[in-house]
Amino acid sequence: MSTNPTTLFDKVWDAHVVRKIEDGPDVLFIDRHFIHEVTSPVAFLGIENRGIGVMYPQRTFATADHNTPTINQHLPVADPLSAKQLAALSSNAEKYGISIWALGSPKNGIVHVVGPENGITQPGMTIVCGDSHTSTHGAFGSIAFGIGTSEVEMVLSSQCIMQPKPKKMRITVNGKLGKGVLPKDVALYIIAQITASGATGYFVEYAGEVFENMTMEGRMTVCNMSIESGARGGMIAPDETTFNYIKGREKAPKGEDWDKALAYWKTLKTDADAQFDSELSFNGADIEPQITYGTNPGLGTGITRKIPKASEVKDGEASYKKSLAYMDFREDENIIGKKIDYVFLGSCTNGRIEDFRAFASIVKGKKKADNITAWLVPGSHIVEAQIKEEGILDILTEAGFELRQPGCSACLAMNDDKIPAGKYAVSTSNRNFEGRQGPGARTLLASPYVAAAVAVTGVVTDPRELIEEEAAV
Amino acid sequence: MAYDKFTVLQSTAVPLPIENVDTDQIIPARFLKATERKGFGDNLFRDWRYNNDDTPKQDFVLNNPIYSGKILVGGKNFGSGSSREHAAWAIYDYGFRCVISSFFADIFKGNSLNIGILPVTVSEAFLDKIFKAIEADPKTELEVNLPEQKVTILATGESEGFDINGYKKHNLMNGFDDIDYLQDMKTEIAAFAEKSIY
Repeated sequence: MSTNPTTLFDKVWDAHVVRKIEDGPDVLFIDRHFIHEVTSPVAFLGIENRGIGVMYPQRTFATADHNTPTINQHLPVADPLSAKQLAALSSNAEKYGISIWALGSPKNGIVHVVGPENGITQPGMTIVCGDSHTSTHGAFGSIAFGIGTSEVEMVLSSQCIMQPKPKKMRITVNGKLGKGVLPKDVALYIIAQITASGATGYFVEYAGEVFENMTMEGRMTVCNMSIESGARGGMIAPDETTFNYIKGREKAPKGEDWDKALAYWKTLKTDADAQFDSELSFNGADIEPQITYGTNPGLGTGITRKIPKASEVKDGEASYKKSLAYMDFREDENIIGKKIDYVFLGSCTNGRIEDFRAFASIVKGKKKADNITAWLVPGSHIVEAQIKEEGILDILTEAGFELRQPGCSACLAMNDDKIPAGKYAVSTSNRNFEGRQGPGARTLLASPYVAAAVAVTGVVTDPRELIEEEAAV
Repeated sequence: MAYDKFTVLQSTAVPLPIENVDTDQIIPARFLKATERKGFGDNLFRDWRYNNDDTPKQDFVLNNPIYSGKILVGGKNFGSGSSREHAAWAIYDYGFRCVISSFFADIFKGNSLNIGILPVTVSEAFLDKIFKAIEADPKTELEVNLPEQKVTILATGESEGFDINGYKKHNLMNGFDDIDYLQDMKTEIAAFAEKSIY
């Protein structure tokens, strides 16, 4: 046995290299492949044109999410182009024997929500999808990352992709998180510290007490946002929290297979003295609830802070000024108190049951502000059912909120859920790029607590003012 | 999908000196609804290029007739965000074959190489020289030489080398792609899959 100390990332990556090409990429075997309606049709077309088939259809899972409506899902999809994409996904899945949770299926939902909640995502796997937030699945100690459509075609036809091995970064956060600070704040804080390109070229391992103490859903939120710092992906070593989450889920191993898998999963951790190409560490106690003010996820700060001056940010001055001009914000002004028009709770970042619990804990007994339009979109039908079972829907209804049906929704505004031009949205999603939530829309990224505080006050509000001591997480 | 072989490209260039150009800007999500790969160039940089009423924004570089060419020169962290290959398709479909920047987002870089666009990473200093040369003369030509892995500002003769792995270089110069390579490996892949515990 080798005594050379290795990282979690190396262990998983090296176990999947089919061939190493000299002065070229590694040929990497892919255990699980998720597809959705937007980035797969051209890949299937490519396969048809080349006359090649799908090598291992049982390793690919399809769900419709990016382009689905979030109201009246029982009716035919009105937009003909969206309807055509959804139909293409279904017919391709059927033709090649790929399992699919299409629109209307009780298991349907956002790809990065349904994968973990059904036990498809497991430690030590390689997982890809034509979606950059595939990094979410790294929360289980798997190597998971987004790919382009050419690569979707590669995985369908050969179960492999060709990737140069990225460099390795470890981000350690120790200490205790303060009141009102959620995993989303940890992610936004890290990105604000290292910028939106600070981890480009790297695969990140998150380590330290803060992540060890997080639930699986919190870890998914953090790993989901890895791509927003430019990282190829992010991962967290699997532990009892991980194993307890997976056990008993539909596609999880059972009986003897479980014991065998568990024994292997327990070996998946970074050895002491293993070397990273870059090491960063932060103190959990320094993190306050975060909010973004610019047009990339790195332009964020503590909610009580002022918008930085151009001289204080790492982006170039011209790009920074362009960003503030788009938002119609000025340097050195307060973010607290800014009037907001829309609140979006949902997405693969924050569309899970814990996010709805957090949101409900703040709006309980209060009323939605009159100036706010709120879109609350569960990540899946399973999340939607939990919201109802736990009485969260009653709390939301009482406070004047409505629940929509699952999908990616306003996170990327491919469907009708578009924030109008010039309007401000506080969103729990992952990107505040120009036009991301609709042409001309202005997005401030934040946690479910901040979104809830804004939803009941109508302005950017520090959620800590609304959290009862006993309700603090 | 087959693409044109890439060896030496001599062309004027279009400057876009903005940092963090994300793929939502290159092609907004509402234009990702096609089920075939065609026509994406029409919506390249859609919201920077057109007003809401579809009239061109006169101050955007693609609407300025003095700039043209097969090379797009972008600011640092080009192609960040979404993995949509549609961004690379839009750039290719518009007529660009090469993007030069001081720093590329990983997925965009991979997508570009897979469809026959050469992403060239140069130093910030050299990128600045390119921007200045184009500013001084919009008709200035650049030479991107893949065999020699070198980019040259022809007017001044200044040049800089760039990195690319040998495998991808060979592919681009010959119009090969990874799918063909992997099809030839299927026996080896099947043997590997046999041992998989998942």
